[in-house]
Amino acid sequence: MSIFTTFFPLGWQHYLMGGAFIGAGAGLLFILTGRIGGMSTVFSSTWSFVVNKPFFQQARFTESRNWRLVYALGLILGALVWWLGFAGGVAESTAVPVWQLLLGGFFVGYGARLGNGCTSGHGICGLGSMQLPSLFAVLTFMATAFLTANIIARIAS
Amino acid sequence: MNTSNMTRPRMLATLAAGALFGFGLSISTMIRPEVVLSFLRFSDFGLMLVMGGAVVVTLMAYKLAPRLLKQPLLGDIFHKHPSVWNRDTAVGAALFGIGWGLCGVCPGPAIAGLGAGNWNLLWALAGIALGALAQGLRAK
Repeated sequence: MSIFTTFFPLGWQHYLMGGAFIGAGAGLLFILTGRIGGMSTVFSSTWSFVVNKPFFQQARFTESRNWRLVYALGLILGALVWWLGFAGGVAESTAVPVWQLLLGGFFVGYGARLGNGCTSGHGICGLGSMQLPSLFAVLTFMATAFLTANIIARIAS
Repeated sequence: MNTSNMTRPRMLATLAAGALFGFGLSISTMIRPEVVLSFLRFSDFGLMLVMGGAVVVTLMAYKLAPRLLKQPLLGDIFHKHPSVWNRDTAVGAALFGIGWGLCGVCPGPAIAGLGAGNWNLLWALAGIALGALAQGLRAK
């Protein structure tokens, strides 16, 4: 049991169960509608409503922007069900400083869109369809994320 | 836009799929940046279980559905989204990782976290939206 407490100090069941739900969401989307549901594209496709630049007016954005927004809305809905039904409705918050959220978010958005995928696009959908380029992408962002997170921890402490 | 793409049942299915996804992100505490950062600092390996569990279930759906069904249950075709390995993917993934390591928030949790009242995540959401805008404006 010590291995479990060393590597999973907060327990492990909820991680596995949550992963299964995430996979069920991506899987259900595919079985019912045929779509591959990564999460980062919505951040480009939604800009197509207001930005006229040809890049944003590509069919892959304008034709998917509606369902991607509905999918994102579902994400909020699912979290709401968990929050009110299972977590007692105590509001979540984070102690991560605002500058890290904002600047980190900027790199996340820029990088995910340049690299055509994030933790769900490459990590779950890409690996779920056994694509080698997605595996390389996952290994790359894991490596830079490990480095960054540990450097920041050193500086902050 | 192709309106047959968005019938009411397909819309509800998309909403339900998103809800399962968001429920999973919440129950696995991936909507807490601290938990993601503790994975990236090697003190809790839960994220591997989340990703592993999600990949296995997704893999089964992606493999089995096209074999067992002629088309998706609510119409259209089974889409593919081939990824490519090139300079953009490499640089983009590297930058994504830097941002992820800085804030502990990736696109899914940034959206889902709002459903659990985590308003701080609006900062990350704004950052991601601006980053995606900057990428599109710089792209050819």
